[in-house]
Formats: sequence, C-alpha cells, structure tokens
Amino acid sequence: MKWMKNLKSYVPPSFVVERDDYRCIRCKACVEQCSFDATFYDDEEDRVWTWNANCVGCNRCAAICPTDAITVRRANPSYRYNHNWNGHVDGLKKRAIFGGTPVVSMGNDKPYPIYWDHMLLNASQVTNPSIDPLREPMELKTFLGRKPDSISVGDNGLKTKLAPQLELDIPIMFAAMSYGALSYNVIESLGRAAKEMGTYYNSGEGGLNKDHYKFKGNIIVQVASGRFGVHKDYLDVGSAIEIKIGQGAKPGIGGHLPGEKVSETISETRMMPKGSDAISPAPHHDVYSIEDLRQLIYALKESTEYKKPVAVKIACVHNVAAIASGIARAGADIIVLDGFKGGTGASPQVIRDNIGLPLEVSLAVVDERLRQEGIRQYVSLVASGGIRNSMDVVKAIALGADAVYIGTAALIAIGCTMCQQCHTGKCAWGISTQDPHLSKRVNPDMASKRLVNLLEVWALEIKETMGAMGINSIESLRGSRLNLRGVGLNEKELEILGILPAGE
Amino acid sequence: MKTVKIREDNCIFCHLCEVACIVEHSQSKDIIKAFKREEKPIARCTVEFNYPVSLSVMCRHCDDAPCIEACQNGSMHRDDRGYVVVDSDTCVGCWMCIMACPYGVIKRDTRREMWGLSTKCDFCPDREIPACVEACPNEALTLEEL
Repeated sequence: MKWMKNLKSYVPPSFVVERDDYRCIRCKACVEQCSFDATFYDDEEDRVWTWNANCVGCNRCAAICPTDAITVRRANPSYRYNHNWNGHVDGLKKRAIFGGTPVVSMGNDKPYPIYWDHMLLNASQVTNPSIDPLREPMELKTFLGRKPDSISVGDNGLKTKLAPQLELDIPIMFAAMSYGALSYNVIESLGRAAKEMGTYYNSGEGGLNKDHYKFKGNIIVQVASGRFGVHKDYLDVGSAIEIKIGQGAKPGIGGHLPGEKVSETISETRMMPKGSDAISPAPHHDVYSIEDLRQLIYALKESTEYKKPVAVKIACVHNVAAIASGIARAGADIIVLDGFKGGTGASPQVIRDNIGLPLEVSLAVVDERLRQEGIRQYVSLVASGGIRNSMDVVKAIALGADAVYIGTAALIAIGCTMCQQCHTGKCAWGISTQDPHLSKRVNPDMASKRLVNLLEVWALEIKETMGAMGINSIESLRGSRLNLRGVGLNEKELEILGILPAGE
Repeated sequence: MKTVKIREDNCIFCHLCEVACIVEHSQSKDIIKAFKREEKPIARCTVEFNYPVSLSVMCRHCDDAPCIEACQNGSMHRDDRGYVVVDSDTCVGCWMCIMACPYGVIKRDTRREMWGLSTKCDFCPDREIPACVEACPNEALTLEEL
C-alpha cells in the first residue's frame, strides 16, 4: 500500500516506530502482526517501513520481532511548550478535522490522585504475633450475599435459614466483559481460570454463548439495559445475576457495539440481527426509581426461584452512598461499585476522563453509610474499577469491600498492552476483536494458565500481607480500617476515607 | 516416537517457525548471520494461509512414507530415531519423493552444482525440541507423543 501524508487530515503521530536495519532480517513477522496498517514490506526496495500515523503503540511488532530490531516510542510533540494547551491540541484538531467526538477504550488515563498509593498497611511487631502463611492455615474463602441479623444454632446445626450465597475461594472475580467486546477465546480463558480457581467470571451484557454454558457454577450473568441474550436458560446458568445500572468508565451512558463486531455467533448470542449495531440505552427503561429497581430485582429472583443472589452494579457518582443505601433496601444481595478508573470497550473520551468518583472514596463512604444505617449485613460490597495489584485488593477489603472484580488486570495478564483501541475491533493481541484470524492470537490453554498464575500469586501475596498484620482470615481484615494509615492526604480526605494519618 | 502436532486454531501466521527452521539449519545458527551473511537455508516448514485459516505444515514422518517408496536409490530413508530423512550425499534430485508426498512438504533446493537436493524436515537431530516448536509464540506447534 502506498501512502502520502496529507495536510488536510494531519494530526501528528502519537508513536514512532524505530527499526534497526542491521538487525531486521525481513522476516515480515511484524508486517503480518500489525492489524492497524502501520507496517509494510516493499518488495522492490526489500525494506520494511512504518506509517507512524497509524501506529497505536500496542507494541505487538516489537514483541514478535525475533531479532529485537523494533522499538516503539512515544512521539514527543514538537509544539512550543505550553502547560495549558499541549495536552489538548491534538484532541481539538481531531474534533475540528473529523467532526466527531473521539471514542476511546480502557479506563481513565488522566493523572487523578490514586488513593491506593496514599494508604499504607500495618504489620505486627513484638506486641502481637505475625503469622507465616507457608506454615499456618490462612483463609481467603469469601461468601457474597445477604447475611442474617443473627443466627441461631440448634442440636442439628444452623437453625437460621440463610439467603443464597456465592462461595469464592479467593476474593477476586473477573469483571463483566461481554462476548462481543472480547473475543471467544478470551471468554473461554476467563471461564477456565475462574473454574480452576473457584471464583467467578461475569458474562457481561452480551449474553452467553452456548459453548460457555459448560462453566455453569462459575458464571455471574449480567442483565443490562439492552437485555441482550437474556432468557430463562441464561439466568439459570448463572450462579448470581447482576443488574448493570452503570459502568465506571462511562457513568450515565449506555453501550454501543458497532455492527462490524456483530458476527454470526454474536448475533445468535445477543439475539439480534447480524451486522446491526448493538445499542444499550443509557437507563434501563423500566428502572426510573428505587421502587422500579426493586421490581426488577424481584422479577429476577422470582424467575430463578429465589436460589441466586442478585447483584446491582453502579458507577461511583456523587451521591453514591445514598444510592447504595437505596439499592440495599430495594432487595439487592450484592452491590458492585465501579470506580471512574474502570475500563470499557468503548466510551466517548470526555465521559471517560471527567465523570465519576474514585473507587477508594466511594467504597469508604458506602461502607460507612450502610453501617450507620444498620444495613451493611444485607449486602456484600464488590469493589471494581482500577484494581491493579494484590495490595489494592487488600486495601479495598480493609476499606470495607467483601471482594473485588478485576478486568483490565486480567486482560493485561493475557497480553493486553492498554493501547486503548478496543473500540476499533482490530486488537492486535486478539483480545477485543471478532476477527476470526486476529482472535486466534489468544490461545485459551496459555491464557487461562496465565490467569491462574496471576490469581495464585495474588492470593499468596494477600496471605503474606495478612500474615504480617497477624490476621489469618480475610474476614478479619474486612472493614478493618485501623490497618490503614494515610500518607500525603489532607484532613478531609482522611475523614472521608475513615482512616488515620500515618503517625496517629 | 514424538511428533509435531499442528494446531491450526492457534496459528497466528507470524512465520517464526520458518525463521527458526532457517536458523537451525544454517552454518552459524545465529539469526542475523543466517539471514544476512550466509546462503540462507530453505525453511522445512511452510505457513499456509487462506483467511481466516493459517497453519504451519511440515513432514508428518508417515509410517508408510510414500517418499521412501518412491526414492530410487535409498537416499530417503528412516533414521535411527524413526524419522524420515534425506541423505544429502546420495540424493540426485530426481524429485520422485516430491511427486509422491501427499502433504507437499518436500522442497527443491537447486543451488548445488550438479544435482538438486530434496529438502525436508529432519526433526532437528541436534535438538531435544524441534526449533519450530520452540519458536512458536502461541503453541500452535507442540511436541507430542504419537
């Protein structure tokens, strides 16, 4: 393909691909792997060259190159330095040239404060013993669902009838990512890993392919505003049902799966015509109040004979505590809080980058509010959106979460480099694509092994940290904010997070 | 006996099996020298492509190998390990093995002075795991017991 730059549509490239010509053996592996038409081979000249404007910085070429000849680096904008404007020039130009609002993917990438990194954990010294998890038992088992106010025990064991519970061997689940946004192989990998680790993966709003019914017992099925693929068998196969009201990456707006991604199997799974856009409305059109939500929750409970917990997922927004209280009173068994750093397969950039609340703050205020109102035991809290490592999990649980969802972290484990091109459907790592040739790049055997490794390592790290704190069960850590100290936070932030400053 | 299992569901059409095969059969066994300094050997495997299918194909080392039957002077033979290999000293390049091969995995090397040479997978006699299997980034080629 021959290219010539044109000033009319020129936006400076974001990346520059450098190729060491001495090391390049013209094997053309990079040419084949680039799904964004940024790399070419010229027969006549016998050279591989790059169209930098198309490069999205996914680093697939650099990763596949057998001689390590390729380096992808961020292009330094050569405009005159201007602190106010530099970060906005390209976006402004794009809107002016193409006449549309830029769509992006993954989570918020702006430098907002990361409260996880301003919280430190405690450890035992002298006055209380720390525990070695390699020598002593350490419990990570978690149950999600409504807990009774009190229990009574008779001669034959527990007399109190418990509400349905989700049993997790490790308090980490895979967040809702739909079949449609992700490729078949990725869903397969998530399912296998969830099954092996005794946890759950969430089907997302795109329904469930018949092939994946085999993961029954490890699936949470989602009911979102588009109601794609929701039917009796779908609800039956889930261990829990999640109603998605909002998503952290795009609070207040619905979803949009472009028609190009609606293939034969996706259309069958979503129960919609092939090639047509899958549009989830911004609100559920039958949920305009807490009372309406209660009706939906009970409609779902009724249709599954009260055997499955029902979760409600909301994006963290300004009145999150009051909203969560309403959801708990509406009869939800689990509340999922999705912070503004949560990922997405497609979202308008302005929404992703400017709307919502940090997960850490929301989690703290919701937990506190539910405790004050005496209804914390009626719901389990799941923290979601920007959980990057095992210590974020520990801190989230200490702030009051029962379990966490990981989405982006799981995708990174199987190859994602966060190039933010999920919405294009051309993912060079075979993750967020429906192209049958590209999606082969995720091998479920390898990917599920990597996910299992990740969860096993995180579990060990969580146990080590708990051991250091002298805690042998994750239940004892839950809501134990005394194990957290804040550094570099102001008084108000500490008050909202409900933690003491370091030194106090 | 172990064989290379081809998993077309995992092949990503990167050609690195071919690259690894070339390096393994080169003089220097150094990737850059093999491609840039030496007379490049012929890759014994070939990645076939017909969107969306792609897969690497190399000698299946058949039990009833038609190429051995077809060879006029016994150059194509089964070695101690049980794999089908060519004796390059005796091969005269009559290409009967190519005519007989049901998989089309024997290639012609016409760079010798007098006679051509049938070139095919020798199952990497110097290695425990064949180079193509080791190089495949997506486990589309795996070494498995027959």
